[in-house]
Amino acid sequence: MTTLEDTFRPRVLVTKIGLDGHDRGSRIVAAACRDAGMEVIYTPPWQTIAAVVKLALEEDVDVVGISSLATDHLIVPKLMNALRDAGLGHMRVVVGGIVPDNEEALLLKSGVRQVFHPGGTMDEITIKIRDYAREARAAGTRAEDT
Amino acid sequence: MNKPFESPFATSDAKARWERDYREAIGTDRETVNVSGIPIRPLYGPDDWAGYGQPDPLGFPGQPDYTRGIYATMHRGRTWTQRQLIGLGTPADYNARLLGTMAQGASAVSLIPCNSVYRGYDMSSVEPELLGTCGTVINNADHMDRCLEGVDLARISCALNDPSPFTLLAFMLVAAERRGVDWRNVSGTSNQSDYISHYVANHMFYRLSLPGARRVLMDHIAFCNEKVPRWNPMSVVGQHTQQAGATPAEAMAFTLATAVQNAEDCIARGMDPDQFLPRFTFFFDISLSFFEEVAKFRAGRRIWARLARERLGARKETSWRFKFHAQTSGVDLTRQQPLNNIARITAQAMAGIFGGLQSLHTDSYDEVFQVPGEAAARIAVATQNILREEAHLTDVIDPLGGSFYVESLTDAMEEKIVAIMKTIDDAGGMYKAVEAGLVQRMIGASALRFQQKVDIGEQTIVGVNKYRADDDCATRPAVERPDTAKMQAHLDAFSAWKAARSPAAVTAALDGLTRATEDPKANTFAAVVDGARAGLTNEEICARLRRDLGFGQPLAFV
Repeated sequence: MTTLEDTFRPRVLVTKIGLDGHDRGSRIVAAACRDAGMEVIYTPPWQTIAAVVKLALEEDVDVVGISSLATDHLIVPKLMNALRDAGLGHMRVVVGGIVPDNEEALLLKSGVRQVFHPGGTMDEITIKIRDYAREARAAGTRAEDT
Repeated sequence: MNKPFESPFATSDAKARWERDYREAIGTDRETVNVSGIPIRPLYGPDDWAGYGQPDPLGFPGQPDYTRGIYATMHRGRTWTQRQLIGLGTPADYNARLLGTMAQGASAVSLIPCNSVYRGYDMSSVEPELLGTCGTVINNADHMDRCLEGVDLARISCALNDPSPFTLLAFMLVAAERRGVDWRNVSGTSNQSDYISHYVANHMFYRLSLPGARRVLMDHIAFCNEKVPRWNPMSVVGQHTQQAGATPAEAMAFTLATAVQNAEDCIARGMDPDQFLPRFTFFFDISLSFFEEVAKFRAGRRIWARLARERLGARKETSWRFKFHAQTSGVDLTRQQPLNNIARITAQAMAGIFGGLQSLHTDSYDEVFQVPGEAAARIAVATQNILREEAHLTDVIDPLGGSFYVESLTDAMEEKIVAIMKTIDDAGGMYKAVEAGLVQRMIGASALRFQQKVDIGEQTIVGVNKYRADDDCATRPAVERPDTAKMQAHLDAFSAWKAARSPAAVTAALDGLTRATEDPKANTFAAVVDGARAGLTNEEICARLRRDLGFGQPLAFV
């Protein structure tokens, strides 16, 4: 008998917004999520916020992962607003990369679920993403019921 | 004189005895392989160095094959150029920081523009939150003039992080012209002229299609050789690929393969290798794998000398010299216990110095958080001053030369680099290999392999997977972003300036760009300089060339 745990496949969008193109982190995390059994939608860097919202909607993802190695995390609060405006408030957003302490607080306040810093293992990251995907799926289902 | 110690054993017996003692004492030996995949033995001796016992197995500094350095004096004479990358905020902010750094000992200018500039956009086209957060917002010749106020362009060498189509150099040449500085006295380097490494590593700025970037680079090299002869138009970059995950041997191989590609493109255009090769420079990453980096540089130097002479047909020694700038690796730095980064940077810098570099950027310990803060940048400069003037690293040329280990490793790295280059050649050369994604896949696999070693603890990173401690948050600086009011004023002034231009003049300048792209005999970079002089902005030039030569789309796969 298969359990829900066996069949649950998180859907994750791994992308980069803004101006920077350093994609080593996003590629490694995307590969790790794929190897952990998730459905991964991966894009090249330099996506606009509108493009990310559209893709998240079309692909019906549970988690949006934003990699930021320069300063592109500074526009993540705008992404959060755009996702909410598109009715995608149930999706969980995580940010990975270089985010200073004082700016991490601003991201969390804008609704980002977690900021992953350099030095975490891939296992730590994929376990969390799986948890957040489950949260998003539950929140999304509740939203549909009402 | 000390009498040499006489071993009671014959040499072969002594070796056998050491092997036995070593095995007994160590038990199960750990397998040691460097990042490039070369097995590392516990001890090296005469048997491990093919050149041992031969007369002058390494030759002399300043003589081919340059294993010991490209100049006769190396660091004992002129040391290296201390070139700290800086770039932030508005042109006025940059200028203030630049003059401060020069007062502390930096001997050359370097300039990093804002990521919006790299991407080919003017400040009016991007999210305002991002402006000036990674570099200086320079959109026209006036901005460049302001950046370099108080800098004598006829004397100070300027390194511009300036990808194809080289708008920053165009702006600088216009600024020089306005100040009455003869272009023949302008010196420096187009740091980011290597479109191939950008394409491969997806670093900030892939601006034009591959064929378009190839054409503009050739025009840029031809233009500079003729009109700005002290300028290095070609900087072949190994740093991007290594930061993206390539091993040191791969990064060196890709860089040399790229240099060969560009040189063969120049030759195909009818250019003389002895004219353009002396103005080729290289730019590398220095990782923390100390001896591997030293060997990488020593091996690269002699492979290049051979390639330049035998494959590219250069006859002058100045064409064979492997001149390189190196930057300590940011990927090796940690957010945890960040002051430890100063120790990492010191070891990386020493590897580069022993590798025989010509120019060095030491990272600031806070680069894992932000564009370097002023206090941290001062420590980075001081690190170089200490290594150069207190630690006596420059007293002897190629001080590791003749070490059994270093020589054996240099030979092994050379073999590895040559083998990787063969793979690239078999794929039709670097241009075709990156077009097909071959190089990108190799880098992705190496990056993943390194990450897995870190995850399982095979590669220690202090404070990350070992010796973790409660983080000392006090050493993590709160980051300050550029003053938004100053940036807004910069933007307003730019918008007003743009609106005041004659639309007819702008159209005429843009048409000049198009005419150049349509005529295979015209020089597109000369047209970029004309456009800059006529008041075109960075975005206008990039957008027009993207329209005419094709837009660069990255290859994307996991």
